[in-house]
Amino acid sequence: MTALGDPTRRAIFERLADGPMAVGAIALGLPVSRPAVSQHLKVLKQAGLVSDRPVANRRLYSLDPRGIEEIHAYFDRFWNRALRAFKTAAEQRQEETP
Amino acid sequence: MTTQVAGTSVRASVVVEAPIEHAFSVFTEQIGTWWPKEHHLGEVEEMVFEPRVGGNIVDREVGGKETRWARVLAYEPPHRLVFSWDLNNQFQIETDKSKTSEVEVTFVADGPARTNVMLDHRKLDNHGEGWESFRDALGSPDGWPLELNAFAKVAAA
Repeated sequence: MTALGDPTRRAIFERLADGPMAVGAIALGLPVSRPAVSQHLKVLKQAGLVSDRPVANRRLYSLDPRGIEEIHAYFDRFWNRALRAFKTAAEQRQEETP
Repeated sequence: MTTQVAGTSVRASVVVEAPIEHAFSVFTEQIGTWWPKEHHLGEVEEMVFEPRVGGNIVDREVGGKETRWARVLAYEPPHRLVFSWDLNNQFQIETDKSKTSEVEVTFVADGPARTNVMLDHRKLDNHGEGWESFRDALGSPDGWPLELNAFAKVAAA
């Protein structure tokens, strides 16, 4: 079972896309107990998908920004480059065959 | 040419000085003419976009090996197409569909000779695990820095 292969973990992961949250807030509306959510968070953390930090007397969980930024940055650069090349090709070929 | 990064998708758009039918056809039938060469899995001889739902985008290598790395999910010429991105973070074919992302491309005519092309690469979080190895792959000698240099040269020419 992979970290995001479990539907509850996936729900937690998607919920955290809205911003950092404490365990209690994450568990609200999920059909599992708070300790179960903690267990899922542990798995997500081990997979490098989620990070946590202490704030006041509780712990806030958030998506691990390093990983997400990397994958975004990669596709951002990729499509930037690819679409420029596409534009050039589309405009050139039109001139060749009017 | 703009790109925007938000949530779990990357959006990009470009204005092409060409009619919508032409823009769509270059994006699909002629994908091999513009797809960044460094982004092929091997030494690719030909790149084929199979123009139908259920078709694939195929990389054909010099030795004859075929890699079907995308599934065509929507094909509505000349307005819209959607294909899956079936490569994992190590640039290998991902067979678990729940771990693939999706690219939607929309073409909107702005008069008879201009087309706005908008691209939305979404569900990027599906690629989920292995972001660190993804990062490592990008740090390889064949990764982005070289490409960016090449691109900067073209842009400055």
